[in-house]
Amino acid sequence: MHTKLLTTTAAVLLASSLPALADCPIKIGVLHSLSGTMAISETTLKDTMEMLVEQQNEAGGLLGCELEAVVVDPASDWPLFAEKARELLTVHEVDVIFGNWTSVSRKSVLPVIEELNGLLFYPVQYEGEESSKNVFYTGAAPNQQAIPATDYFLDELEVEKFALLGTDYVYPRTTNNILESYLKQKGIAEEDIFVNYTPFGHSDWSKIVADVVALGADGKKVGVISTINGDANVGFYKELAAAGISADDIPVVAFSVGEEELAGLDTTNLVGHLAAWNYFQSAESDANEAWVEAWKARMGEDRVTNDPMEAHYIGFNMWVNAATAADTTDVDAVRTAMYGQEFPNLTGGTAVMLPNHHLAKPVLIGEIQEDGQFDIISQTEEVPGDAWTDYLPESAILVSDWKQLGCGMYNTETESCVQIKSNY
Amino acid sequence: MTLPFRRAVLALLVLVAPTLLQAQSADAPVQQILRSHAEVIQKSSRKTIGPAIDALAQSGLPEAQTVLERWQAKDMWFNKETGLFVFASTADGGLQIFDVSDGVEIGVVDKKEYKQLKPNSGIRGLIASALVQFQLNDPNPRTRDAALTAIERDAEASHLSALRGSIEAEQDADLKARKDRLERLLTIRFDEDEAARLAAIDSFAGDLGVDVRATLNPLVSSEIKVADQIPDGAVGIEVGSDELTQDQAYKLLVANGLAPEPVDAAAVKQTLIANINGDTVAGVQVASLDEDAAREAAYQVLAQQGLATPLVTQEDIAETVQKHKFFKVYVSAPLPIALAAQAALDNIETQVALNQTADLVLDALSLASIYFLAAIGLAITFGVMGVINMAHGEFIMMGAYTGYVVQLFIPDLTLSILVAIPCAFLVTFGAGVLLERLVIRWLYHRPLETLLATFGVSIALQQLAKNIFGTQARPLTAPAWLDGSMVLNDIVSISYIRIAIFVLALLFLSLFLIVMNRTRLGLEVRAVTQNNRMASSMGINPDRINMLTFGLGSGIAGIAGVAIGLYAKVTSEMGSDYIVQSFMTVVVGGVGNIWGTLLGATMVGTLQKGIEWFNPSNTLAAQTYMILFIILFIQFRPRGIIALKGRAAEA
Amino acid sequence: MVDMTSTVEPIRKPLVLRYPSVAIFLIFLSLFTAIITVLGEGFGIGLISTSFIKTLGKTLCLCLAALAMDLVWGYTGILSLGHMAFFGIGGYAIGMWLMYARTEIIVVDSLAASALPPTAQEISDGIATQIFGVVGASEFPPIWAFAHSLPLQLAAVVLVPGLLALIFGWLAFRSRVTGVYLSILTQAMTLALSLYLFQNDSGLRGNNGLSGLQNLPGLDSVPQSTVSILFFWASALALGLGYLVCAWVVSGKFGSVIRAIRDDQSRVRFLGYSVEAYKLFIFTFTAVICGIAGALYYPQAGIINPAEIAPIASIYLAVWVAIGGRGRLYGAVIGAAFVSLLSTWFTGGQAPDISLGFYTIQWVDWWTILLGFSFVAVTLFAPRGIGGLIDKLTERRAPDRHGADLGPDLGSLREKEANE
Repeated sequence: MHTKLLTTTAAVLLASSLPALADCPIKIGVLHSLSGTMAISETTLKDTMEMLVEQQNEAGGLLGCELEAVVVDPASDWPLFAEKARELLTVHEVDVIFGNWTSVSRKSVLPVIEELNGLLFYPVQYEGEESSKNVFYTGAAPNQQAIPATDYFLDELEVEKFALLGTDYVYPRTTNNILESYLKQKGIAEEDIFVNYTPFGHSDWSKIVADVVALGADGKKVGVISTINGDANVGFYKELAAAGISADDIPVVAFSVGEEELAGLDTTNLVGHLAAWNYFQSAESDANEAWVEAWKARMGEDRVTNDPMEAHYIGFNMWVNAATAADTTDVDAVRTAMYGQEFPNLTGGTAVMLPNHHLAKPVLIGEIQEDGQFDIISQTEEVPGDAWTDYLPESAILVSDWKQLGCGMYNTETESCVQIKSNY
Repeated sequence: MTLPFRRAVLALLVLVAPTLLQAQSADAPVQQILRSHAEVIQKSSRKTIGPAIDALAQSGLPEAQTVLERWQAKDMWFNKETGLFVFASTADGGLQIFDVSDGVEIGVVDKKEYKQLKPNSGIRGLIASALVQFQLNDPNPRTRDAALTAIERDAEASHLSALRGSIEAEQDADLKARKDRLERLLTIRFDEDEAARLAAIDSFAGDLGVDVRATLNPLVSSEIKVADQIPDGAVGIEVGSDELTQDQAYKLLVANGLAPEPVDAAAVKQTLIANINGDTVAGVQVASLDEDAAREAAYQVLAQQGLATPLVTQEDIAETVQKHKFFKVYVSAPLPIALAAQAALDNIETQVALNQTADLVLDALSLASIYFLAAIGLAITFGVMGVINMAHGEFIMMGAYTGYVVQLFIPDLTLSILVAIPCAFLVTFGAGVLLERLVIRWLYHRPLETLLATFGVSIALQQLAKNIFGTQARPLTAPAWLDGSMVLNDIVSISYIRIAIFVLALLFLSLFLIVMNRTRLGLEVRAVTQNNRMASSMGINPDRINMLTFGLGSGIAGIAGVAIGLYAKVTSEMGSDYIVQSFMTVVVGGVGNIWGTLLGATMVGTLQKGIEWFNPSNTLAAQTYMILFIILFIQFRPRGIIALKGRAAEA
Repeated sequence: MVDMTSTVEPIRKPLVLRYPSVAIFLIFLSLFTAIITVLGEGFGIGLISTSFIKTLGKTLCLCLAALAMDLVWGYTGILSLGHMAFFGIGGYAIGMWLMYARTEIIVVDSLAASALPPTAQEISDGIATQIFGVVGASEFPPIWAFAHSLPLQLAAVVLVPGLLALIFGWLAFRSRVTGVYLSILTQAMTLALSLYLFQNDSGLRGNNGLSGLQNLPGLDSVPQSTVSILFFWASALALGLGYLVCAWVVSGKFGSVIRAIRDDQSRVRFLGYSVEAYKLFIFTFTAVICGIAGALYYPQAGIINPAEIAPIASIYLAVWVAIGGRGRLYGAVIGAAFVSLLSTWFTGGQAPDISLGFYTIQWVDWWTILLGFSFVAVTLFAPRGIGGLIDKLTERRAPDRHGADLGPDLGSLREKEANE
């Protein structure tokens, strides 16, 4: 019985690995917008991928093959992401895709990737509540960014009243929902949580900033948790500075403001405000120094590195190691080999790929400095990413475990798999 | 060549330095204190740092103040191996370190040997609070100021006596007033003497400061309690009021163990599952339990058999709540103080509300002036000439980018803005004239075509800006004298930049009026607008006038762009944010009349702020409702608030 | 009185014979459909990829929307900058059912394992959590009341855009809002709608929109290559039917009246026609066509979100019609197909970059600029658009209007409007 199973497995493995080996060069799909509104963020990631592929080729390629990056442009157009993903998988026949930034683009790509059994590495912090068989999430889940930042507010800054400000879309909505529930569990009363949503690119912040200041009228320390996205931050921080609010009075921790975003701002008035990420360019390690140096040498002295870049760095290297371990680029074999893959972070410590397709990574909190860099003032141990949050009742009962349970949405109460394919 | 040499020197230093260090400072008392708390200092968490700061502050050592200050300023480092603390600053090729006890330079060492202490802002606050006792009587007024700020942020009972001791000697009038105010606030919070606290509360009658409310509000915090009788001095609460709904009251009873917990649907389900026996529960087929009513019936059977706790019905809840009395007690202050604080708060409540309205009105005016500024160029091209220019928003953007480019070349902010404004005008004036000559003048009799053609120009210009400047927002920084805001009191304030925009809007209004009514150009423009043929037979060149008018409208859009960029952001899409609003403003106000545009902007701005006030958690909804309102408004006044009458209307 | 209908009126030839362009178009469309089917993956030899078939299917839907735009603008002279709103509403209506039905299957399957049979409420809650969990809600907003029923949502595809257009049109036309004012008003309408949908509170998942629409509920086993061909056929059929109906509408007396309204509505009003009623009919009718086109488009696109109905989309619709040639139905179809396919080609990165030595023109960046300026050029120099070329070939001339700038060939201009 056992031997039979073994031989079958071996045969299957052999069959699947042989054509893969013959299939040179190995193609890496890069699905990042090079035009449209998201181009500014995503072009950086395309450059990162090209740099990583080049470095790997210099180091001898993979499985005896050269790597080749296939770059397509989904142009910040969500339906186009699905189209381009299909093109990558069926026309270019890539072995793996690195791509996407916004959640909505990921949701657009999911059905295609799952239908054609592709493999996607998604590098951006996101709202969680998802675990697809065909996606590895190398960015932060809420418990790897939002929850530790909130803990920092509660413990270190003794904030008693929270203003959750966000742009009106899925990431802030879900994150704020999780945080609201988390804060209530921590004993913060409902009336001490102020939630506000603004449109993309909002510019008239005077009323909202005044509202936040007015929160302090009952003698509790106020803190702002900002999931404000992109350009809108410019007006927000300007208004904050104009109102004379320093980080010591009302600290702001942002989840979407990194080195790239600060480049568009005059940071003198922002000094001391916070951001939470898994990576800052200012992290002190030899690997990071080499990484930053290589990036600047390639792209120019004034360019900065940021968190999603590190996520691609880890994701790509893990994929290379997994493919080497599996001796093939076959999606199913690589996926199995991915679980438990370890790779050193740029910030020190080691990232581990968990069976729920998320990484265990440390959480860093940085204070904005005048030069547009972050001063890291807190770094946690590695936090395992949680696909389904523990702080919402509907999700608390769900777990994702593709290794043991073979299910991304497993209900621990009914002990059944809710769905194998994602419901986008 | 120099690098290996430097490394060698460094290596030598690294070898020598530790021995030096141990010899010099390991025994110093301040080093001893630091080292005895080394673990918590290195851990750097507000929750555990307290003893270390206290030990330093209460050590009585003269150098304690310096150590605390430099620690706060992130100047303190420690040796990873020996654990010795030093002051340090990064120097060429390494780290220049100093002794913590006397500040004497020790030498330059390898940075990797040491680790910087980075107290977070919570710890820095604690340090500042501990430093207050040293700083309140410091000869330097800025240090005293820092001490007062520390008290304002994070007051402690011990600060009260220190503060009282320092008021007498205070020379600086401003600081003295601040000290006096702080003293009264701290009296309310920390003084043991009830009369003094009451007097202090009285002294703030009518004061609108956030700090006063922040001091008073915690005093009136209350809890709702339940008992059979309302005790003396407590205020009874009716169940069913906003303060206490029936459900809340029942929850309170459950929490106090005075009533059984209600059974919800999930609990019913759990109990039923727990009691499944084969394919029946309580004698009922499991398969039939796909309705809540059936489940409840089965549950009732279980409850009768004693296998489950009985259901709590709404009647049960009402009945149980009736049996108890609910009342409010003040929990954080003695009753007289709490009542006095409550009275003081009630007194300023109306005033706070009034001031909030005033603040809202200011916001609305500011928004109105921004819309007006964005729309005034359009009021000229669309209102006067009747040309629909969809690229108007892109002229705003062009002006803003001109400002950005000027700032790249002129670092002085004030000067750069002064240069940027005429530059923006010239650039967009030129672009406007070009557009008029090349496109619009061929389409004067085809307004719908103009709309579409200028739209083509608009998307092309937007993409061009993206290609040149990228999609990331670019900074357009206001000079320092426009930073900050004018504060009337803690509620009503408005940033200077908004005031500047308001003034600019007024300036443009008068400029427009003067140009149109007092100049030759204005006369000719009006003539061409009213009767093109007649005007040209009077010797006016309509081509030239149209060109100039269009250029003027575009140029003003460019200046508006600089102003908008200063207060918000410069992106390639900023124009499209304003274009629909601008058209709305002009259409609502009434085409062809600047006063109409002014009224239109005021209405749109006020409306938006008003809706935001009703629905504070969603700004997006405000915009939607505003547009809906405008669509409806146009149904009733299709020609806007100020409709031109008579011949002008037909022209 | 003589019975006019039976005796006096001459026997009319069928529509297709009276207008050869209709016949030619329908033959072209059928041939095209047949060729694509043969070359496609689903039933043919697989020369054309599934993703390209989806692109073609979507293009056919856009052509249908352009037809509607031509009817309302090219024929009736109402420059609506809000017709893509109706297109989007159609997509949302069908998308709601697709999401609901698909999720229902998943939820019922997963609840089947639980100890007690699920109540209707539990199933509904389960579906709601799945659909809205991602945007932080777990209850169905009232707007989803009919999402469980395909017939009702299909009715919504037609009724909701129709009703919205009816109300909006009634309000606008009765207060005699015309010309550029109406254009701006329609633009405001679509902006308001897209801003509303951007909110999470709208109940339609805000910025995320509805996704995974290409997976038809219960048809998991059918491969996308087949599904895409089926939708391609449906789109072709809809376009063919739409073309026939539009051709029928613009033929005959009704067509003459709406063209007259375009050229001078005051005169038509003085002749005793209810101009507003005609306009309202056309506005509503085209909104319904757009709704249907949207309902076919989004299951092929796979995702709909509020960005799809931003004002820019409707303006592009006008651009297509203008480039194709207004006031002729085939012009709209040609314009939409030509420009949108060209856009796909240029923005898809397939177009070769042009190296100028000192600068490389990358089409992803420069295509929009080219489009913008070529649009200006078309408006200025070739107001008849691509359709004008066909006139040159068939030597059709514009009627001599004695110098007056009238008619679709020089823009949908009315004398009145020119003076305003």
